[in-house]
Amino acid sequence: MTYTQTRDSLTGEEPHEPDDDVLRVLEPDGSRVPDATLDPWIADLSPHELRALYRDMVLTRRLDVEGVALQRQGQLALWAPCRGQEAVQVGTAQALAPGDVVFPSYREHGVLLARGAQPADYVLAWRGEEHSAYDHRAFGAAPPQIIIGAQSLHATGWAMGAQRDGSTDVAVAYFGDGATSQGDVNEALVFASSFRAPVVFVCSNNQWAISEPVTVQAKYPIAGRAPGFGIPSLRIDGNDALACVAAMRWALDRARRGEGPSFIEAVTYRMGPHTTSDDPTRYRDAGEVEAWAQRDPITRLEAYLRAEGVIDDSGLDEVARAADALAADVRAACIGATTRAPETMFDHVYAEPHAGLARQRAEYVEYLGGFEK
Amino acid sequence: MSALTLGAAITAGLAKALETDDRVLLMGEDIGKLGGVFRVTDGLQQRFGAQRVIDTPLAEAGIVGTAVGLALRGYRPVVEIQFDGFVYPAFDQIVCQVAKLHYRSNGRIRMPLVIRIPWAGGVGAAEHHSESPEAYFVHTAGLRVVAASNPQDAHVMLRQAVASDDPVIFFEPKRLYHSKGEADVDADLADAPPMHLARVAREGTDATIVTYGAQVHTALDAALAAEDEGLSLEVIDLRSLSPIDMNTVAASVRKTGRVVVTHEAAREAGVGAEIVGSITEQCFEYLEAAPARVTGHDIPYPPSKLEKHHVPDLDRILFAVDRVLERGAAVRR
Repeated sequence: MTYTQTRDSLTGEEPHEPDDDVLRVLEPDGSRVPDATLDPWIADLSPHELRALYRDMVLTRRLDVEGVALQRQGQLALWAPCRGQEAVQVGTAQALAPGDVVFPSYREHGVLLARGAQPADYVLAWRGEEHSAYDHRAFGAAPPQIIIGAQSLHATGWAMGAQRDGSTDVAVAYFGDGATSQGDVNEALVFASSFRAPVVFVCSNNQWAISEPVTVQAKYPIAGRAPGFGIPSLRIDGNDALACVAAMRWALDRARRGEGPSFIEAVTYRMGPHTTSDDPTRYRDAGEVEAWAQRDPITRLEAYLRAEGVIDDSGLDEVARAADALAADVRAACIGATTRAPETMFDHVYAEPHAGLARQRAEYVEYLGGFEK
Repeated sequence: MSALTLGAAITAGLAKALETDDRVLLMGEDIGKLGGVFRVTDGLQQRFGAQRVIDTPLAEAGIVGTAVGLALRGYRPVVEIQFDGFVYPAFDQIVCQVAKLHYRSNGRIRMPLVIRIPWAGGVGAAEHHSESPEAYFVHTAGLRVVAASNPQDAHVMLRQAVASDDPVIFFEPKRLYHSKGEADVDADLADAPPMHLARVAREGTDATIVTYGAQVHTALDAALAAEDEGLSLEVIDLRSLSPIDMNTVAASVRKTGRVVVTHEAAREAGVGAEIVGSITEQCFEYLEAAPARVTGHDIPYPPSKLEKHHVPDLDRILFAVDRVLERGAAVRR
């Protein structure tokens, strides 16, 4: 639903169901339903765009499967699965223009994919070779953020810069439901509102912050917070890819027209563990996971595209082959990665020369050299 | 050259930075019409406009975090934290983001931020308004940390900090804001000593006092008093706390063989500990006596009526000088 003001129901005692009141245009079975808020923003979606949306979602899931497998095989130190969140990640990112910049969290593999990341970009950090594998300028994506919510301020500041440059570029902050409890996110909402910064806040409410259900973060729909900051928000079905595209286009349009920030709560579900180190059976019921499996974002879009005649069996095969090819490339980039020389860990601490660090580096290189004699 | 207060010398430095580079922005609480609570940004919003001299919401993590984003967009933000004790809400953004983004991105992202902090005690202020948090930042790789002690250095080092492609924590000794000195506000940075070098503030031969910030003046007063007793004390003004110019410190210690380090900040794991440790490693055979530290006590900053017992004064420094010279009351005890 659209939040324009505080609702009485937000203060009620009744617990809300996770997907109560969400805006959607695709039912879980893929049938198209009208929504007056969302429909205008996706009326012109072409078959080509729809197929691209589907393709990137399938690729994201395949990438995620490969990431988990590589971790289980000891090739990655860790992986944060995004299974179940493909619609919000790909749908919102596909709505962006090249000049926009995303500020993702560590779980936004689908956002990076939709922005044009290369195979090695997904895995080198999780393998422990680099802190951030890719060049942020290559496809308009800041390094993935591990400190929860910190990137929301960076996105806001970047947007304040875009505003000063007189450009129509928009910043997008991606974060989860847990992050909305962080001071940084709340301060970002204050700054964005006060300066009318062209920034979109995309909250992927995947119901879980490691083991804490979203009700620990909020007793009411998270989208209801934004209007308190003077920021309009939408609460959408985050497993409905078309709703995600529509909401993002709404928000981007506001930003480009100088109307300032917007907030999207995409209600979705983290089908996997928090990371490969986590064991969700300790804190959540199999029944809940199964119920969400019935609302799968890819199955839903696929059913719609088939019904619309936008994609057929051969189209699906082609996407599946592309997904396997991506997985193979990611695997090769991961296994083929070489660890850089130890003295390079001293590189780039500072942009300008630093005598003390140069001395430490020289001492360590000399120490290592002693073993080679 | 003209006589300026330390505060006005920084104002002139900020104006010069805003003039010469239109990517420079100032951000902070009350820095616009008010000109900052210490008036360091006085008149700058009127002159350069509210788009470049920005009154921000009252949120330190927000100020530093949005400055990070502005730097990513190509700006060079100069952030004012209103008081030393107010920097802690921004600690995560400074330590995890400002300090590490260049490293995290293998040098692709530069963080040319300056974080100005009115700093330290001696002004009779309320709690949280007299802190010396420098060691936290010195301990953090990726940051440069400097502290000026006079108007000329404050002016030049501020401009050098803005010009640096590294993030700089710029400590402004607030009890010196109104102290005057000669400052050349047209100084060419190319001719100025680099920001990371220490300065011999007074030459001497019997013992070395190493210090920084407002404490430089206390040390110079101590050296003047010691002169009456026939002692020749060398005073080193570190200027830069990260990196520390150990070459200048070590050269002095090799000459005098005796060293006292003094700062307002607490002793435990402080800058003094680092300096004494480095001296011991680098100049052990030159030392005639164990180095001494004269610091704030390991207590929270006390109520201001007691601060004269916390901030090391001339007598405490001379007491330590006696100790390293193995003379006087300090030895008899």
